[in-house]
Amino acid sequence: MTSTSGNANRPVHESESLPNEFGRFGPYGGKFVPETLMAALTELEEAFDEARQDDSFWAEFEELLTHYVGRPSAMYHAKNMSEKLGGPQIYIKREDLNHTGAHKINNAIGQALLAKRLGKKRIIAETGAGMHGVATATVCAQMGLECIVYMGDTDIARQSPNVYRMRELGAKVEPVTSGSRTLKDATNEAIRDWVSNVEDTHYIIGSVVGPHPYPKLVRDFQAVIGAEARQQVIDMAGRLPDYVVACVGGGSNAMGIFSGFMKDESVGLIGVEASGEGLDKRHAATMTKGRPGVLHGSMSYLLQDDHGQVIEAHSISAGLDYPGVGPEHSYLKDTERATYVSATDDDALAGFRFLSRNEGIIPALEPSHAIGYMMKWVPTLPKDQIVLLLLSGRGDKDLESVARASGVDLS
Amino acid sequence: MLADLEKELISHMATDRIRAAFENAKSEGRIALVPYVTVGFPELGFTTDIVKSLVDEGADVVELGVPFSDPLGDGPTIQASGHRALQNGVTPDFCMEAVRDIRAAGIGVPIVFMGYYNTILKMGIDEYCTTAVAAGVDGLIAADLPAAEAGPLQDACDKAGLALIPLIALTSTDDSIEHACKRAGGFIYCISVLGVTGARATMSSRVEGLANKVRNFTDLPVAIGFGISTPEHVAEVAEFADAAVVGSALINTLADGDPELAAERGGAYIKSLTPGTPRKVVAN
Repeated sequence: MTSTSGNANRPVHESESLPNEFGRFGPYGGKFVPETLMAALTELEEAFDEARQDDSFWAEFEELLTHYVGRPSAMYHAKNMSEKLGGPQIYIKREDLNHTGAHKINNAIGQALLAKRLGKKRIIAETGAGMHGVATATVCAQMGLECIVYMGDTDIARQSPNVYRMRELGAKVEPVTSGSRTLKDATNEAIRDWVSNVEDTHYIIGSVVGPHPYPKLVRDFQAVIGAEARQQVIDMAGRLPDYVVACVGGGSNAMGIFSGFMKDESVGLIGVEASGEGLDKRHAATMTKGRPGVLHGSMSYLLQDDHGQVIEAHSISAGLDYPGVGPEHSYLKDTERATYVSATDDDALAGFRFLSRNEGIIPALEPSHAIGYMMKWVPTLPKDQIVLLLLSGRGDKDLESVARASGVDLS
Repeated sequence: MLADLEKELISHMATDRIRAAFENAKSEGRIALVPYVTVGFPELGFTTDIVKSLVDEGADVVELGVPFSDPLGDGPTIQASGHRALQNGVTPDFCMEAVRDIRAAGIGVPIVFMGYYNTILKMGIDEYCTTAVAAGVDGLIAADLPAAEAGPLQDACDKAGLALIPLIALTSTDDSIEHACKRAGGFIYCISVLGVTGARATMSSRVEGLANKVRNFTDLPVAIGFGISTPEHVAEVAEFADAAVVGSALINTLADGDPELAAERGGAYIKSLTPGTPRKVVAN
């Protein structure tokens, strides 16, 4: 794509009706939050509506994406992977090459620009794998904003390099010790902070979850991935892909790339959830095993017990270790526009090694789930097909987890 | 036919019981005291004794907390009590059973459930409401269900004869206050602070303005909660509102000491607040 021309990054969903004025994607979405936050959500919605009509807002966004993040991110024809798996041609959209190493920076920049428009100088964020925390801390350092990141202490232990990174960037990392001590609880704590400091604080949610307008605005800031990828694959392969594959925790990288292909009915959209130790054991396969419910401000598929208590998720990857999912994904599942499958911890480790050895790209454990799934699935596809994989982040942060899972002690 | 009549009678009792409790307090020249306790905390079988002790020592309405795994509107104290209650095995069904026990013990105080929307949704909102009314519950508060999303639950509450009590915040706009008051039942719950539940040293001075604003839209009693822990706080509330809600401070009292004496401590704590209840001005 020509990222420096006009308003190339303007959301592709702009003309679409979803979510509706109540923030609903069909029955999903909405604003299920303490009353104290309602005015702030309205304010955010109005600021975003105003910003999306404002060329100078997108110009600033685009300027930062181009010269700070390094967009457009590369599209890579993975010939070794294609040959090894013996099926279709595989293309990889390289969000791992972005500044800070993942797609999270796109959204963090967009929301930080919105926070500035709102006159809010204190930023809070939740993080699981730490990639969103790092992206938020990075943007806050660049824009001179105060930054507090909530992180479960289980995640702090398994993602320590990112914790140091955030601290070096000047952010305060607040360990969360309630519940499962992972992303879900970090999100609870961030929401509690926001309820308490709503008048001077903007909450940069890291995924397409949370109350309206977050699922919409995070999707729209990530839509740059799909817009670029669609053009790149057409330029390189001469046509649209048959499938687009992305991992889904909350689902922001997947929504970002899916949005670019939503109207291309011939393109199959596949989201890969984490089935952890297996679907009959501890897992994070929200759409495969969950039921609709309300968590963190929106109605969506949710891992819950018979009494409506949220079940703790499990995944080897901290970024997918979440019992909820973005409401638009629930809608895409029900309408069958997208298909959701799952990959286990072991599948992800196999995917991690496969891409490292065969393409010289060390992937994050989150997209390794998509790779692991593809290793089993794509060999069954015709050779003349094209599969586009979204590599949402790089794997440096996961080396310790992978070493541990392989019985190697790095310390 | 008879069953319908009976249902109607029960539902009238439900909303009437809350009104009568506020009127009674008012006729005695004081504001109402509304303690909050988590069901099944500190131990599973303690709730009836605790409620009895609170009522004996001055509680006018009792809020029973229905525990939820992710109480994002609550501070550390109520989070911990809910966590403990869940570990003790408390479920929404158990909470219904707890109210049946309270009624069977002859306790007639209005009872309001406070919880989170997902536990209501999971049971099914109609079933939840009819079961609650039949058990002897008078009202519901859902901490993560603002008026804008409350339509379906409001319909179910109306049908079952349950009061849906809205939470109003310092940040609420006039439009949202009006919207919330329009269909509200029982009383209006004004949140006195920007923040989650939890005992605090001082109350925000902004809450008086909020209470006055609310009165432009409704004749229902106005209760003030979040952060209230001392008779002095209650006395401040008595200057402009109709009730004071006390949660975290009471939970701390229940938790602090011999569990067998929790009910006694809870009652003594409520009694210690009563010097603050005399009304300074007669509202409305």
